[in-house]
Amino acid sequence: MKPGKFTYHAPENLHAANQLLAELGDDAKIIAGGQSLIPVMNLRLAQPDHLIDINGISELAGIHQENGLFTLGCLTRHADVETSPLLMDKFPLLPAAAKRIGHLAIRNRGTIGGSLCNADPAAEWPLIAILLDAHLSIQSSGGERHTPAKEFIQSVYTVDLGADEILTTVAFPPLARGEGWAVNQICRRTGDFALVSVAVTLKLDRQGHIERLRLCLGSMDVTPFRLIDVEQAARGKIPDKAWIHEMAGIAFDAGSPESDMHASAQYRREMAAHLTSEVLTEALGRCRAGT
Amino acid sequence: MSGGNLIVMEKRPITLHINGCDIDVLIEPRKLLSDVIREDARLTGTHVGCEHGVCGACTILIDGRPQRSCLTFAIQAQGKTLSTIEGVVGEDGGYTALQQAMHEEHGLQCGFCTPGIIVTFEAYLKNNPDPTEDEIRDVLSGNLCRCTGYQNIIRAIKKAAAMIRVDVGGA
Ligand SMILES: Cc1cc2nc3c(=O)[nH]c(=O)nc-3n(C[C@H](O)[C@H](O)[C@H](O)COP(=O)(O)OP(=O)(O)OC[C@H]3O[C@@H](n4cnc5c(N)ncnc54)[C@H](O)[C@@H]3O)c2cc1C
Ligand code: FES
Ligand code: FES
Repeated sequence: MKPGKFTYHAPENLHAANQLLAELGDDAKIIAGGQSLIPVMNLRLAQPDHLIDINGISELAGIHQENGLFTLGCLTRHADVETSPLLMDKFPLLPAAAKRIGHLAIRNRGTIGGSLCNADPAAEWPLIAILLDAHLSIQSSGGERHTPAKEFIQSVYTVDLGADEILTTVAFPPLARGEGWAVNQICRRTGDFALVSVAVTLKLDRQGHIERLRLCLGSMDVTPFRLIDVEQAARGKIPDKAWIHEMAGIAFDAGSPESDMHASAQYRREMAAHLTSEVLTEALGRCRAGT
Repeated sequence: MSGGNLIVMEKRPITLHINGCDIDVLIEPRKLLSDVIREDARLTGTHVGCEHGVCGACTILIDGRPQRSCLTFAIQAQGKTLSTIEGVVGEDGGYTALQQAMHEEHGLQCGFCTPGIIVTFEAYLKNNPDPTEDEIRDVLSGNLCRCTGYQNIIRAIKKAAAMIRVDVGGA
């Protein structure tokens, strides 16, 4: 239960971190909050030769509203999202999602960038980033590139990140005025990883017809995924009880959940249906309250 | 010790600021903060249960925020203000409101989980002096207790919150 030996590097800026990564290649790992990496190092499931600590690079932290987007530096801690006055006021979906991550002490250290790069199919940030079409900025010594969250997160613990690349920022396009939202999940105990999670946004037009639906399921496949066809087909429909019931049925059949020691695939399907109906009802409430 | 040289060469001198004191230690980068606090700084009130972030026994304050000392390398804690259970002392040198309430409400039995819980809630109650029971339970989810069944801990935290509010209100 003790980590193996490694050489510790604490670069002072992003450029130096990129250079180190380029030199050391696959033998090196970035450490952000360490809340996923250190557990696997303690269990000796990972034994990197070099750790590159990015915690001293202050330019990588912070929450900003710029060019119509809400941009979070990769080092932004879950707890900083949870308590950000800007986000609580303008983008309450993000604090609500952050609050569901693990426990207070984990949220005080874990980062949004670390969570996205870790790509646990049950984690909150991959679900929310895919739901909201977040744009990620990725820096290497060769330059910067941008990619949508959906393409970045490829499979279980697998992301589109080269050995010398660092995820630097996550940009969320804001919800439209009056667009409702809800996030919910089933856990065995508070703070556990979700057995199933569902997140939704819902915008109605003036007549109460659906203008835009986004529905994203977590833990139901190798990555969280949106039900794009269903979202498109929903346009123009009236979100009544029968429609919600129909959507729950679609969620039941979606993805290909696994059975494991925590829950059977059948249970996950039932919970996906249940949660879908809950979040749609909650989001509708928010649409109608005009928030 | 044989082979000692090699190991010593990999060690680095660092200074940790714990409970108001600067403590110099010579450590390998791979050494967890929890182990350095216990073995090098000799502050054994911080307990180690699981070493993967689940049990909360190792929780300390890093720059005032509860964090897992088993999920941080000591070398990362240079320049930070660390406080452990040994640094939790009431104004007159006696118990804090939370310690007193834990005592009165039988909030502990074996005491293994207690330092993590006290450190967490000393910080939490400072920022949230009037938490609901749901909020208390949500925060307490980060600390496993195998003895008490939690009810008395929750009672103690509520009592401490009320005591602190009276203190602050009266001051
Ligand atoms: C007890 C416990 C409960 C938890 N419960 C939950 C939960 O309910 N929901 C949830 O979502 N998460 C949960 N987590 C995980 C937590 O959210 C982590 O903070 C998160 O998964 C990883 O973020 P980190 O900053 O700690 O990353 P690290 O552990 O530092 O890194 C994770 C991986 O990402 C890489 N990496 C990190 N940052 C970058 C970057 N900027 N660029 C490139 N690569 C990078 C690292 O090299 C490593 O491979 C839990 C963790 C614990 C210990
Ligand atoms: S020992 Fe750190 S959380 Fe259990
Ligand atoms: S008092 Fe024994 S584990 Fe909590």
